[in-house]
Amino acid sequence: MTTAPADQFALRLHKVSKAFGGVQALNQVDFEVRAGEVHCLAGENGCGKSTLIKVVTGVHQPEKAELIELFGEAVGQISPVLARQLGVSVIWQDLALFPHMTVAENIAFDDMVGLRPRSVKYREMITRSGDVLARLGVQMDLSAPLNDLPIAQRQVVAIARALMNDAKLIFMDEPTASLTQSETDRLLDIVRKLSADGVAIVFVSHRLAEVLDIAERVTVVRDGNLVGVYPTEGMTQARLGELMTGHLIENAVVARDLPDAPVVFEAEGLARHGEFSDVSLKIRAGEVLGLTGLIGAGRTELAHVMMGMRSADSGHMLLNGAAYAPSHIRSAIKQGMAYVSEDRLSLGLLQKQSIADNTVISVLHKLTTATGLISYTRKADLVRHWIRELGVKIGAPEDAISTLSGGNQQKVVLAKWLATEPKLLILDSPTVGVDVGARAGIFRIVRALADEGLAILLISDEVTEVMFHSDRILHMADGRIVQEYDPRTITVPQLEERIYA
Amino acid sequence: MRNILRSYTIETRLAVVLALICIALSVTAPQFATLPNLSSLMNQSAVNLIWAVGLLVVLIAGGIDISFAVASSVVQYLAAKLLMSVGGGNWVLGFLFCGSLGILLGLLNAWLIHGFRIISIVVTIATFNAFFGLLMFFSGGRNIYNLPDWWTARIFIFEHQNDQGVWSELNLSVGVMVVCVIATWVLIRRTNIGRQLYAFGDNPEGARRAGVNIAVMQGVAFGWMGLMAGIAGLMQVNIFQEVVPNALYGRELDVLAAVVLGGARLGGGKGTILGCVLGVMFVAVTQNGLNLLGVSPFAFQMIIGAVILVAISTSNMDLSQIMRRKEARS
Ligand SMILES: Nc1ncnc2c1ncn2[C@@H]1O[C@H](COP(=O)(O)OP(=O)(O)OP(=O)(O)O)[C@@H](O)[C@H]1O
Ligand SMILES: [Mg+2]
Repeated sequence: MTTAPADQFALRLHKVSKAFGGVQALNQVDFEVRAGEVHCLAGENGCGKSTLIKVVTGVHQPEKAELIELFGEAVGQISPVLARQLGVSVIWQDLALFPHMTVAENIAFDDMVGLRPRSVKYREMITRSGDVLARLGVQMDLSAPLNDLPIAQRQVVAIARALMNDAKLIFMDEPTASLTQSETDRLLDIVRKLSADGVAIVFVSHRLAEVLDIAERVTVVRDGNLVGVYPTEGMTQARLGELMTGHLIENAVVARDLPDAPVVFEAEGLARHGEFSDVSLKIRAGEVLGLTGLIGAGRTELAHVMMGMRSADSGHMLLNGAAYAPSHIRSAIKQGMAYVSEDRLSLGLLQKQSIADNTVISVLHKLTTATGLISYTRKADLVRHWIRELGVKIGAPEDAISTLSGGNQQKVVLAKWLATEPKLLILDSPTVGVDVGARAGIFRIVRALADEGLAILLISDEVTEVMFHSDRILHMADGRIVQEYDPRTITVPQLEERIYA
Repeated sequence: MRNILRSYTIETRLAVVLALICIALSVTAPQFATLPNLSSLMNQSAVNLIWAVGLLVVLIAGGIDISFAVASSVVQYLAAKLLMSVGGGNWVLGFLFCGSLGILLGLLNAWLIHGFRIISIVVTIATFNAFFGLLMFFSGGRNIYNLPDWWTARIFIFEHQNDQGVWSELNLSVGVMVVCVIATWVLIRRTNIGRQLYAFGDNPEGARRAGVNIAVMQGVAFGWMGLMAGIAGLMQVNIFQEVVPNALYGRELDVLAAVVLGGARLGGGKGTILGCVLGVMFVAVTQNGLNLLGVSPFAFQMIIGAVILVAISTSNMDLSQIMRRKEARS
């Protein structure tokens, strides 16, 4: 696929180090990307991938760097503007977009940067950003304010922005985390096309299947140290996971039958206009029910109805055999429902508050003393309990949640919900942006919870995830449950074919 | 049409409500819709509008300024001293002195905010007190009447005498205000600097990663506010014909409320010139109307406060969302 000779580099880093306070985010890391290559940067949450991107683009200055070379020329002091002028652009993990600007203003924003006064040409901005979106095969209202858009469309805007100025090196930091399958496919096609045109792409993703599919080589980083550079040919997901975490992560079907367990939750003929229809399902105590299908199939909407965040148009639900029709999320929680939402960053956690506060937020009423004030000892006990139980890696419970890596943040979300002692736990895409090691850790917990009798609905669009962690799999498409599968009698490729067909 | 409604929700609503109030006043208070009343309304609002567009720029960039009205008084005092010491000067020197003194005071704010990483509300409350304290100390609280003739001369950009012999006039300050409004519109809407100001206010970290020079943006925002404060000070003397050190003290909060009423977001990234002007005029018309209706001036503050409260608390309701809901239902 590479058209440029192998000795032609888009980027070379030698012995680059960067520390934040006591954390050595990068330790003497070497990194090389050839022109026109799709190169993956892989590693666990918090290993320094985003930091490396920020060093190359001048957002952070490295403590030490023997060499930073872009397109064959060594650069000393690098700034975001210089990086862009040289032909580097970035799709940031947190998008770094402007919520109150329109789609077009966001996509074309980089043209505005600089202190030389220029006039703004809105019409040109609209046509240019429309062209880029067309290249991505996306139709979007260019004058819509960004904060009106769902997260997946914001991601598309960030991608379009990076493609706007014909860059020769594009960093993509988890660009597919919140994309639908068809959008992901289109992005991967574009990546291939760019690569064929000689554009180098550095791709970061925790979806290893995607990584092995798109990249030619992969650089693995662990705790800020370089592990090695490997060709993806002949590489397996298991091997890559082992390189990233340092130990082998095995995936095996764990499905089991629970014919005698009581039914915890039952839905019959549930429907909501324009979202889903005729949904009937049963979840037994101790069962992990996998619910998969393409994003947009109506899975999240179903979860919202189960949690009382929206109401169903028809059909009914039973919880522990009794009629269940929550009018509000609070009443759902009170009756024993818990919901780990797919949008961890904005819905699941209060980013600026402490780990402890986030853990206890849903059970504050249980912590009050006779005076009606919060008991600090009870709070501390509860926080300690769940942090130990789930093995959350933290500095101190008082640290802000935003200092944690993605995987550990997700564990805190889990802790927050488990603290409510639910009967049914809904996990909606619980591993978005979470690394393989942490995923394994989260699913170990999920399994243990199921063994204790908790009923779990696992919503995921990653086939391997429902395959290896659930007892039964429901396939949802266009708002209907089309089929039920037993993980023991179907293979991953077979299931993938049915879903993506 | 829906697009326009969506991007200008608050502006549309304000314009509609303002129009309704104007119609109601024209019916209930016969003097309201007369040329003399409307022109004096404009004369009285000019200084507020000049401040407001300056403050708008600061709010868009994610800051807030409490010190600008007092800064105008400081500029007036210093300019009066300086101009008298150079033998009186003229309009050109007046604009030059007041403008650059204002910019200096604005940059002082920007430097304190950026250099020491203190949030703008704390810095500008501090400078508000410092400016006012120093001004009262050096002036002894005494008015200055001894001003150059050109400064206190009445200059009209529009004059008209009706059948009853009543004059309607627009002051120079109205003309200057129009220039300030247009210049600010050009800055924030038509230049790349303006786009960067919005970006900085909207998502500072995102702006930094895109390469926006944060220090300069802070300087532009507060420098522009300072420039407007300087010009507002100059024009206010032209209207009142004397320098009263504590005359402007307390005006900042009225202007702030009006600008926020016009849709500028505390926290940055959002706000338009149109909304800002409508916000100020909304307050001015309400006040003028209450006056004409013979409502006790003591009730003014209360009523205007209540009106602002209602307007701001309903401004979270999004017209376009309501429309969408209607569409979904039908
Ligand atoms: N601005 C910062 N201040 C302090 N610590 C930071 C900062 N940015 C990153 N870190 C720390 O540096 C380390 C590397 O973080 P980085 O964001 O590069 O990880 P990552 O590999 O991108 O992880 P993920 O897969 O979760 O995105 C982490 O331990 C993180 O907590
Ligand atoms: Mg990262």
